[in-house]
Amino acid sequence: MIPNDKADAATETLRGGTRRRRVRSGGGRGVPLPLLLPALLGLAFLIVPLIALLVRTPWHNLPEQLTSAEVWQALKLSLFCATLATAVSMVIGVPLAWLLARVEFPGRGLIRALVTLPLVLPPVVGGVALLMAFGRNGIIGQWLDSWFGITLPFTTTGVVIAEAFVAMPFLVISVEGTLRAADPRYEEAAMTLGASKFTAFRRVTLPLIAPGIAAGAVLAWARALGEFGATITFAGNFPGRTQTMPLAVYLALQSDPEAAIALSLVLLAVSIAVLAGLRDRWMTAG
Amino acid sequence: MTRTARRSRRTLQVTGAGAAALLALSACSSGDASSNKSDPSASDKISGEVTVFAAASLKESFTTLGKQFEKEHPGTKVTFSFGGSDSLAASITGGAPADVFASASPKTMKIVTDAGDASGTPATFVRNELEIATLPGNPDKIGSLKDLTGSGLKVVLCDKEVPCGAAAQKALAASKLKLTPVSYEQDVKAALTKVELKEADAAVVYKTDVHAAGDKVEGVEFPESADAINDYPMALLKDAQNTEAAKAFMALVQSAEGQKVLTEAGFRKP
Repeated sequence: MIPNDKADAATETLRGGTRRRRVRSGGGRGVPLPLLLPALLGLAFLIVPLIALLVRTPWHNLPEQLTSAEVWQALKLSLFCATLATAVSMVIGVPLAWLLARVEFPGRGLIRALVTLPLVLPPVVGGVALLMAFGRNGIIGQWLDSWFGITLPFTTTGVVIAEAFVAMPFLVISVEGTLRAADPRYEEAAMTLGASKFTAFRRVTLPLIAPGIAAGAVLAWARALGEFGATITFAGNFPGRTQTMPLAVYLALQSDPEAAIALSLVLLAVSIAVLAGLRDRWMTAG
Repeated sequence: MTRTARRSRRTLQVTGAGAAALLALSACSSGDASSNKSDPSASDKISGEVTVFAAASLKESFTTLGKQFEKEHPGTKVTFSFGGSDSLAASITGGAPADVFASASPKTMKIVTDAGDASGTPATFVRNELEIATLPGNPDKIGSLKDLTGSGLKVVLCDKEVPCGAAAQKALAASKLKLTPVSYEQDVKAALTKVELKEADAAVVYKTDVHAAGDKVEGVEFPESADAINDYPMALLKDAQNTEAAKAFMALVQSAEGQKVLTEAGFRKP
């Protein structure tokens, strides 16, 4: 239940808030103070750190900080890996969401809980779990190594896997929520007209839930872009290969806080640009 | 309608509980601070909490010394925060509440002293040297630093921003070797873990870390480590809440008793 609510809420937020749920208040006018004060406190709590980042940004040498080769390398790698991780999540996550929403099978509730587990799991734990599974001695990784000579840790593929692991649940719960809200009678109608189950999914369901998929993909992409713990644990840190922006920010903070602030600013700008851009183009259509 | 009403009431209750918890938390922490300060009479009797920020490589020996300190001075509690010296230094200059900083390099200590956050001059209390950590039984027959540069070996180093990485680079430079690792790890324990989990074949870490890992890794000494011996400085911090206990803890570390624990862990005397 909760994952669905969460997914719906996330979808709603990305669509630009719930206009239809605005209820006319019967009682007193205005916003009650006991609600307004904590609300403003909450707002300040979320906004102030971002403002602080802007205030402390070394604007005078920002151009030099940002045009360095390492920054571009890390940014390119971050964008590439986050996009690929989102693509992977969509290819296997949407069918998984469909399975959870449309097919009755025993233990479905348990499976759904397991799917959302990476949401609450500390990312570093996720990284260790990935090592146990896909590491050189992992339960799957050892076969990959001995049969195909593939080792995943310390590779760019490893970064994509770590990011997809933590980001896919966002997509799955978002799409599943949309699927549950979508009317299954459209699919049934398509099937009575002779469409196979797969055709109905492809031609009817998929266009119907496209806004939900888009919202889920944006959430997953944003999560993947900011991924730190699972990435550094599973894929390590090597410039150009596995050092994504969050890793670069963390390590820059060790010696050069100004560089770290500049890098954080880039990450912030990219996130805002993408969220704003997608909201205008996709979300309001839904 | 009734369901919505009920739900929103429940939300309010939850919000209230959250706010109450926050209040309780802040009340609690301010209570601690005042109890530490408003105790001028306890000049010879040490009590209260000491917060020590220490380099990751000190974890085992400092934990032992902390327990010893608590036993010797009933009523005290030593709280440690172990991590990469650089991130600890950054937290201290950022205002993290700590009484003592024990760093793995003079360079990271300098960040704190330059910011004016240390009280007094830092003193070197131990030294540490590098060692190669290999898989148990050393299956790749690694015998020197040069062997690590061979192709096909997965070697992890610490990032050059953290002391163990800087020391490794110094040793490599002194022996004119070029080593491309698979990863620059964020601290020495992370580098060691990669070998313990058999994801990497070897790591350049501190002797003390090899010691602490027991039989999960095998240590290989290399002569170039003499070019990269790390001094560990320790300092009392300016914003220390509990100066007396902090000084007592530092005295214990530097005492013969403390040095014994540290040398048993693989450290060298200064």
